[in-house]
Amino acid sequence: MVRLRLRDRSFRGGVHPRDEKALTRDLPLQDMPDPDVLLLPLQQHLGRPSVPAVKKGEWVREGQLLAEAQDGISAVVRAPRAGTITALQSGGTASGFPGRMIALKPGPPPPAADGEEARETAPVTLPALDPGAVAPADVVARTRAAGIVGQGGAAFPTAVKLAPPQDAKLDVLIVNGCECEPYLTRDYRLMIERPAELVEGSALLARTLGVARVVIGVENNKLDAAEALRSAAAAPRRAAWTAGIAVEVLPLRTKYPQGAEKMLIEAATRRRVPPGGLPMAVGAAIQNVGTVLAVRDAVVDGRVQTNAVLTVSGRAIRRPANLRVAVGTPIADVIAHCGGLTDEVARIIVGGPMMGVAQHDLAAPVVKACSGILALTREELGPSLEPGNCVRCGRCAEACPLNLVPSRLSRLAERQRFEEARDSGIEVCMECGTCAFTCPSHVPLVQWLRLGKQEARKLGRRAS
Amino acid sequence: MSAAPAALDQTGGRATPTLATSPHLHGWWTTPRMMWAVVAALVPSLAAGLAFFGWQAAGVPLAAVAGSAAAEAAINRWRKLPFTLGDGSAVLTGLLLGLILPPSLPLWMAGLGGIVSIGLGKAVFGGLGMNIFNPALVGRAFMQAAFPVSMTTWAANRLAADAVSAATPLALVKFREPGLGAVEVAPPIRDLFLGTIPGCLGETSALAILIGGGALLLLKVANWRTPLAMAAGAALFGGALWACNPAQYPHPLFHLLSGGFLFGALFMATDLVTTPITGRGMAIFGFGAGFLTVLIRLFGGLPEGVMYSILIMNAAVPLINRWMRPRIFGAAR
Repeated sequence: MVRLRLRDRSFRGGVHPRDEKALTRDLPLQDMPDPDVLLLPLQQHLGRPSVPAVKKGEWVREGQLLAEAQDGISAVVRAPRAGTITALQSGGTASGFPGRMIALKPGPPPPAADGEEARETAPVTLPALDPGAVAPADVVARTRAAGIVGQGGAAFPTAVKLAPPQDAKLDVLIVNGCECEPYLTRDYRLMIERPAELVEGSALLARTLGVARVVIGVENNKLDAAEALRSAAAAPRRAAWTAGIAVEVLPLRTKYPQGAEKMLIEAATRRRVPPGGLPMAVGAAIQNVGTVLAVRDAVVDGRVQTNAVLTVSGRAIRRPANLRVAVGTPIADVIAHCGGLTDEVARIIVGGPMMGVAQHDLAAPVVKACSGILALTREELGPSLEPGNCVRCGRCAEACPLNLVPSRLSRLAERQRFEEARDSGIEVCMECGTCAFTCPSHVPLVQWLRLGKQEARKLGRRAS
Repeated sequence: MSAAPAALDQTGGRATPTLATSPHLHGWWTTPRMMWAVVAALVPSLAAGLAFFGWQAAGVPLAAVAGSAAAEAAINRWRKLPFTLGDGSAVLTGLLLGLILPPSLPLWMAGLGGIVSIGLGKAVFGGLGMNIFNPALVGRAFMQAAFPVSMTTWAANRLAADAVSAATPLALVKFREPGLGAVEVAPPIRDLFLGTIPGCLGETSALAILIGGGALLLLKVANWRTPLAMAAGAALFGGALWACNPAQYPHPLFHLLSGGFLFGALFMATDLVTTPITGRGMAIFGFGAGFLTVLIRLFGGLPEGVMYSILIMNAAVPLINRWMRPRIFGAAR
């Protein structure tokens, strides 16, 4: 049994928002019926947008390539369903910024004209590969071809992360099953429902990266998931080819932001990623459980990333759920599928409540890395208070997991002393929102920090 | 926050979702809730004071609260600022001041002290969060200078073994006959702990202070580092002197339990605004205040040193904050 221990590993700082996972944790993942139209932004990932490879009016097969990746950091977009391309348009996205997108109307192909050969209508699949024999380079190529992006929030193209530079010395793969954002239970459901595949996928990625050790970090409010993984990782249950890879399940204290890269790496390895550094600087690679499963499915089953797995929750949603939806489904359709909103809705958020984005346009689509859609009531948002003066209580500094002094950095940003802010480490801030959550005066700390980071980055560019 | 465009609305206009940047959740503690929590934590000390010095002593804290609340309301009105009595800060300042005054003080003096606390201690700096010095202590320092006799005239404690004498333990030790040892004139530790001694209204009972202050520490409204470090500073310095010459210097426990030490450590040195931001800074602040308290008590002209030691450390806070910036996560030593 995996037991809760008071001394489960963690990190310094952090906060304890109510986790609210009880709203959805026991609801199995369900498939949502397809909407009338799918909107597929060319930019569903960090990096350079993809380039359309289809024309308006064209009928496409499920899984067919819709947009090519650019060189460098980028990702392809594939058709989540078979259907007709109805437009290449501009539209609102859940990030709050407008973007180019492909509109696809799911449906059968138009009838073939006389003399025309009947066209292939089956979904595009990639050949299944043997996870025990596939070459690392082929895993990377498959990940790129499937258009997989990180499911942890940043949507970084996964293929890039799976091919670290030659001189990187990695010795551990950390699989992130913390899901420290309140409300979200999508990673939990994946761990409960697909533990064997998750262990297999972890071993596959470890082999790809050339490391012999996997640590799966799970917060101790999900010990049943940790238990399921631990039993799936037990040697007799595993494929023979994974024998040389140690898979360890590590329960961690439930504390926000335990799932932040640096925090999880520290808890798992006691190594601290330096400011501005990548996990590989301390020999670690880190992947979200959803990403691991996506890569596993692409390699072992030949599937491309066509669905987003997400939690729809909050007390202003009539029927909360954990859903598998076609990428591109408009948020409004997802909400309607879940019974719609109650009159108490005070905010609609895509992502988690700590780092997610408030929505002003429900026509925006679900993208590959979307982890949740939340509709919260006024009470759920916490005490209502006009932003006041900083009272210098130091709660933000005590809570900041990166040891910054947010009150000071925000004051520097407010007074446009960006150089000083940069020298005090403002660019290290990951905008986790811990400081603003704990601030008793409701100072908009994250907003000032974002501004400060942006201006500090500009200073750096000018100097170089 | 701003109202969202109609495209968002799926409830037929019956609800108005709002927009804001992350995080969308806030913790339970707000500044007003913290201020009122401290007010509540002072109730045991106030109750003890009334038990020791009689119901009529309630006038002193009432007058101080009335003075500070009136000053806050009047100044905000004059400066066309919002009405801020609801945030509890002015009431807290008045109550803190009232509890560190002699129980028999003329009420008008207490009221004036409350006005000075808010006016000179807080408003001149720009209001809540902007002041450098603890406002209640600024008020008391003013009164010490303006009314030196009234501020050192003590009422007898009704529950004391010696219910007639009205000299505070600190004064007994400070101004004792030459040839007498500190031990011989200091009251028993038990009296200091329960508070059955003459002194300021809310300062005499260590027990009552520990109940209220302890609750604040458990609720994390006050940071434990400051009071602990202050006790350490006083105990180490006072203890070292006592170890050198036990006849001349009082026992370190006497320092911790007498005068305004515990009240200052738990309610003044833990003030949010006028103390350092980081944990290490708080520890330095507390240690310095504890050290200075003993220094003033034993080598200064006054029997009590808590007020000035905290005010001096208040002045050092910007410097402490500058020196004690935490090392960023993962940065090289």
